[in-house]
Amino acid sequence: MTTTTTENPVYKLELASSPHLHSRWNTKQAMWLVVLALLPAVISAVIFFGFYQLLIITVAIGFAVGTEAVIKLIRKQKVTITDGSGIITGLLLALILPPDFNLAFTALGSIVAIGLGKEIFGGLGFNIFNPALVGRAFLQAAFPVPMTTWTKPNFTEVDSITTATPLSAFKFDSVATELSSMFIGNIGGSIGETSAIAILLGGLFLIFAGVVNYRVPAAMVIGAVIFGGVFWLIDPALYPNPLFHLTAGGFLFGALFMATDWVTSPMTLKGMWIFGLGISLVLIIIRLFGGLPEGVMYAILFMNAFVPLINRYTRPRVFGEVK
Amino acid sequence: MKKQLTLSKEYLKGLWDQNPVFKQALGLCPVLAVTVSAINGIAMALATTFVLTSASLIISSIRKLIPTQVRIAAYILIIATFVTIVDLVMKAQFPELSKALGPYIPLIVVNCLILGRQEAFSSKNTVGRSLLDSLGMGTGFLIALFVLGGLREIFGTGTLLGIQVMPDFYEPWLVMILPAGAFLTLGLLFGAANSYLQKKEQDEKNYLIEKYLKAKKEADEMGGQAKWN
Repeated sequence: MTTTTTENPVYKLELASSPHLHSRWNTKQAMWLVVLALLPAVISAVIFFGFYQLLIITVAIGFAVGTEAVIKLIRKQKVTITDGSGIITGLLLALILPPDFNLAFTALGSIVAIGLGKEIFGGLGFNIFNPALVGRAFLQAAFPVPMTTWTKPNFTEVDSITTATPLSAFKFDSVATELSSMFIGNIGGSIGETSAIAILLGGLFLIFAGVVNYRVPAAMVIGAVIFGGVFWLIDPALYPNPLFHLTAGGFLFGALFMATDWVTSPMTLKGMWIFGLGISLVLIIIRLFGGLPEGVMYAILFMNAFVPLINRYTRPRVFGEVK
Repeated sequence: MKKQLTLSKEYLKGLWDQNPVFKQALGLCPVLAVTVSAINGIAMALATTFVLTSASLIISSIRKLIPTQVRIAAYILIIATFVTIVDLVMKAQFPELSKALGPYIPLIVVNCLILGRQEAFSSKNTVGRSLLDSLGMGTGFLIALFVLGGLREIFGTGTLLGIQVMPDFYEPWLVMILPAGAFLTLGLLFGAANSYLQKKEQDEKNYLIEKYLKAKKEADEMGGQAKWN
């Protein structure tokens, strides 16, 4: 997606090949709007899991920005940390980690996210995969046990230190969690992913501010309702209902903040629908039939790989072009 | 006729200039699969070197007797003979290692490094040169597998050749001994090798440009007598 990245867009003549996309915001402004939109999720994290989560967020952001600066210096390029993309990667990564996560691991995740997820491809705009998800996928593979240890939220009567997420409770113990607590966020799960209402607040703000396109999240929701609903209709006792799919795990967070990443989602409008539906299909397959309870991360990374192909085959025809 | 390399260069080219892994990207399947530890890498590389050298010796000595039409079948037969020897010896002498390497020892038969060297080198060169070439390639393979296996072992288990090298508080990164770690490490090593090479080429270019400019300046000072094309 070609967007202007200049500090002074009004006075600079941009020479770039089409497609030209016009936006109300330049990269820097849009990045700060995303940070703003993530604030409700950060607040919900502090409410449900305590102030320690702020430390994780700080470490993640600090190492993400630091890694970016160091790599830019080594490669003798302009240090671009003020564009806010490193801050967002760090913040997003922190919010999808388990609560009370080890700080050293968090730092490693940030370094991998920026180093292997973004800068190795050439920096912002060139990465194939969502950097924050690359960082999390690395941590998931490197430290499987800490990555699946879920601290219980603050407001429960159960006297224990850890808890199961609604998805793992459903998958391994066939226990359904109440939808109302999943909506508010008083459940086990990643730092910023538990509270559906906080994520919706930030996500809708982004959509109405024109920072992200509504099509990818809409396609994901429709896809999850259709694919999840089909199995629910087949056997309601065995498969969860579509509303559970929408509120559980990282679905909303992934749909509104991860899959809508400008760089790693399709450019064309038709492509966005295909992309969103594809994520949901992969997600439902992983959730219902895979070995893991949650699959939003892998579903998005998987579809990220198809984005160049989707862009190619959904290219709008030039007026007058004969097929 | 291509200019013949000196004998020492025939051996040394396998170490870096034509390193089978980093430059030719040959035999990547065992490279990725068995390098969970340094010792596995070394064992794999030694087994491959043995097969490569023995097969090269035989093939280069009978290279004029093998009909072109059936040469691949003949090579495979010769290679498979030595692979069987290695497989049986390892099973008898090092059962632990044999178990760790699993099917990858028999699979040396289809390792493209070995067949590739027979096709590209041994079938066209004398016995002596083929021996040096295959030993060089084997050493290059050993270096690559040791580096890859060593790095993965250090990060994945905190040890090198079974000896603890990382401090006690170090939490091993499980991903490094998984297939994903093999791809990550190999990709980063490829990238490092390429960026080193690019830098070297750029330096050489800059050196030549400087030399040219200096010579041109001198010639100009002499009154523009010399002609520059």
